[in-house]
Amino acid sequence: MKIGVLLKQVPASDARIKIADPSTGIDTADIKWEINPYDEYALEAALQLKDAKQASSVVVLTVGGADADQRIRDALARGADAAVRLDDPAFEGSDCLGIARILAAAAKAEGVELLLAGKQAIDGDNAQVPGMVAELLGWGNISVVDKLEFADGTVKAWRASGGGARDVVEASLPLVITCDKGLNEPRYASLKGIMMAKRKKIAVKGAADLGLDPSTVGAAAALVVEDNWSLPPERPAGRILEGDDATRVKELVRLLRDEAKVI
Amino acid sequence: MYYRPPLDDIRFVLRAFDYEGTVSSMPGFEDFDLDTAMDLLEGYSRFCVDVLQPLNAKGDAEGVRFVPETHEVFLPDGFKEAWAGYCENGFTSLPFDPEYGGLGAPFTLSTLASEILIATNKSLSMCAGLTTGLLDALEAHASEPLKQRFMEKLVSGEWAGTMCLTEPHCGTDLGLLTTRAEPYGDHYKLTGTKTWITFGEHDLTDNIVHLVLARLPGAPSGTRGISTFVVPKYLEDGTRNPVFCGGTDHKMGIHASPTCVMNFEGAEGWLVGEENRGMVSMFTMMNAARLNVGIEGVALAEAAYQAALEFARDRRQGRSLDPAKQDPDHPADIILVHPDVRRMLLEIKATNEALRGLVGWMSMHYDIMHRHPDEATRAKAGDLVALLTPIIKSYGSERGFYNISQAMQVMGGAGYTRDWPVEQYMRDERIAMIYEGTNHVQALDLVGRKLPMGGGRLMRGFAAEITEVIRRNADSELLAPFIAALKTESKRLNETTMAMSAEAMKDHELIGAVASNYLNQFALVTLAYVWVRELEAVVDLPEDDRLRRGKLQTARYFFDLVLPEAAMYAEKVAAGKAAMTEFDAELF
Ligand SMILES: Cc1cc2nc3c(=O)[nH]c(=O)nc-3n(C[C@H](O)[C@H](O)[C@H](O)COP(=O)(O)OP(=O)(O)OC[C@H]3O[C@@H](n4cnc5c(N)ncnc54)[C@H](O)[C@@H]3O)c2cc1C
Repeated sequence: MKIGVLLKQVPASDARIKIADPSTGIDTADIKWEINPYDEYALEAALQLKDAKQASSVVVLTVGGADADQRIRDALARGADAAVRLDDPAFEGSDCLGIARILAAAAKAEGVELLLAGKQAIDGDNAQVPGMVAELLGWGNISVVDKLEFADGTVKAWRASGGGARDVVEASLPLVITCDKGLNEPRYASLKGIMMAKRKKIAVKGAADLGLDPSTVGAAAALVVEDNWSLPPERPAGRILEGDDATRVKELVRLLRDEAKVI
Repeated sequence: MYYRPPLDDIRFVLRAFDYEGTVSSMPGFEDFDLDTAMDLLEGYSRFCVDVLQPLNAKGDAEGVRFVPETHEVFLPDGFKEAWAGYCENGFTSLPFDPEYGGLGAPFTLSTLASEILIATNKSLSMCAGLTTGLLDALEAHASEPLKQRFMEKLVSGEWAGTMCLTEPHCGTDLGLLTTRAEPYGDHYKLTGTKTWITFGEHDLTDNIVHLVLARLPGAPSGTRGISTFVVPKYLEDGTRNPVFCGGTDHKMGIHASPTCVMNFEGAEGWLVGEENRGMVSMFTMMNAARLNVGIEGVALAEAAYQAALEFARDRRQGRSLDPAKQDPDHPADIILVHPDVRRMLLEIKATNEALRGLVGWMSMHYDIMHRHPDEATRAKAGDLVALLTPIIKSYGSERGFYNISQAMQVMGGAGYTRDWPVEQYMRDERIAMIYEGTNHVQALDLVGRKLPMGGGRLMRGFAAEITEVIRRNADSELLAPFIAALKTESKRLNETTMAMSAEAMKDHELIGAVASNYLNQFALVTLAYVWVRELEAVVDLPEDDRLRRGKLQTARYFFDLVLPEAAMYAEKVAAGKAAMTEFDAELF
């Protein structure tokens, strides 16, 4: 079985985000990039399946420019066998569906049977792409998984379904699974792994290579239109409650009920 | 409160000092081009920041635990696992021979990596550092069977190493040491007490291998009668060798680095190198170890600087004295507007970046001195390493400590509290001025050994480098003020050196009186040289390039406000010894 891992680079979680001028996105000038943290769980899950000889190889699939190569090389250094970076002027301005079309075509071209992805990317927090990929491929999709077992082509996956309840889902391949924190402890690239990654090639593929109709992706095909970008309003300062424990607990409960309206 | 390894500046240093032209172009290093080097350092950084840094304050607060009944020493929870992860990723193996499982990378990369390791967890860096020192000594001097027996497990980090020199009555003056080695079959049994042995006992590894200085029966007195032995905690058949920890010291800093009394009670040991030539083995690893101690200052000053800068961008106190810089939206301005806060930050930045450059440049020479196919080139590099290593150790540690203190000052009371990491950095750094040969020993080494060596050959070699960089940039309008200052100060250093050397021939005590001040003068001129080299590497960038602006403006502070100290140290050297030696002892 060959596994594909959908991997995206995102601004480091501690980056100070500024809006570009004009406001067509964020200002990336001083941004440090990292692998989307949830994608790291996906990559680790794939590598563990390979270590356990349940997968034959792991290929990383990324839509992005050459500036993503550094992150891809990190994935290769951790043990992925190959990588395909999907890059084409026709891909510019794709929305989630456009990205999903590109990735679905790439997954097909690579002949993977299992796609692992993060449950969401921490930049846009859309959590849409993997589900769309599954739909486009006609595969099953299990999302937000924090425990995974795999035997004889059958997958057993655990996921939190809210209110403390847990779903246990069994499914067979082909599948798209999205991964949550807790699934595993992502490994670091070893020095030998980093040296070895040097010898692995990052294939770059465009619409023509994938047999993808360019008019179905990119800005022109996008269903989502972005008018303007702005930062969320600054969070108001926290409040520290005074008094003894009993008074403070009472006050806290009152505030949660009457002001925050969460209980 | 988050430290980000200065990978951009590290990359810049490698580029400015032509890493690819001088190091990765040498036979055996072809795989380690600049991009690969940075990939390795980036991967390394990620682990250090994620795994080692969170343990740093914990290690400081909890310290090590000694169990007298069993002679065991335990590090705080989490350190053993962190060390295991460090080894698993191959980090201990970076510069070593692939024959013993090493990665075979240039030494340059392991020194630059060392800055990151120290900044994230100085205590744990001591374990890696001492093991590296032991490996250097074994690689250079041990017999083949000893190498086969010990090196692979030390390279992989399964075992850790120590350096056992100091005894209760002998620190600086190793000639006084009394630990004995008696012949025992084809090897020896060692008896004696060593003190302040870093990572002498701990729970990170299965075995601990000590490199021990001791005397053979009938050996000459003084340093000419010292031999080196390798003494493992566990012998090959698994039996416990009688070398026991007798206690750990309570220290100002590096609390998670056990500093142990080690009792050798007839412990079995094997001779490394020739009889009575132990000090030679020591000198082999000394340059690398001393370089590393200088890096401690760079590492912790960088981390302190980052904390202070973050604080200064946030903290609002007082109004800018320039009305145009006042922030109308707030009743007070961020303290970064105040010239004095900028002065303190620039004191750190202007010296620390130059020290990092010096460390990088020197470690490249270290590689050249070991690897270059041409003997004359190797010898020339060796001369520079010999001359400048005491400068890096001494000035790096002194300036590092001062710089951390400046960072604390930027932060006011907050810097003095445990809410911020700077006070720990300051305590952790202070020891660097003492161990690996006190800073005064470095100054004596510079003035008493390195200057006279080969009739002044080392100094002439360095002077030629300075002359060359001045010549190369003679036509640069942009660099003219920097070149002029470098010219003035190198001339002054030359005069100080001549005058001091002439006097010192007649009066040895003079050296002791002026060496420390002389070393500082020398260091400042060296840093000025490094700055010019770094500026050379940015002049051709576009005018608005961030790196170019940053280097030019930082260098400006160095040349205007730091380099003038060189003239002050020259005056102190010229003052001679009388104010010290003629002071009546009973008046102290
Ligand atoms: C935390 C820590 C870790 C250490 N780790 C190790 C280790 O792993 N292995 C090891 O072997 N040792 C270790 N040491 C010992 C360390 O190397 C010594 O402390 C150091 O060499 C200085 O020796 P000393 O403390 O005996 O000072 P002394 O030699 O007593 O010096 C006291 C002062 O006198 C000055 N002085 C001494 N001799 C002269 C002279 N001839 N001329 C002018 N001034 C002089 C010194 O510069 C110093 O200022 C460690 C020490 C500490 C504190």
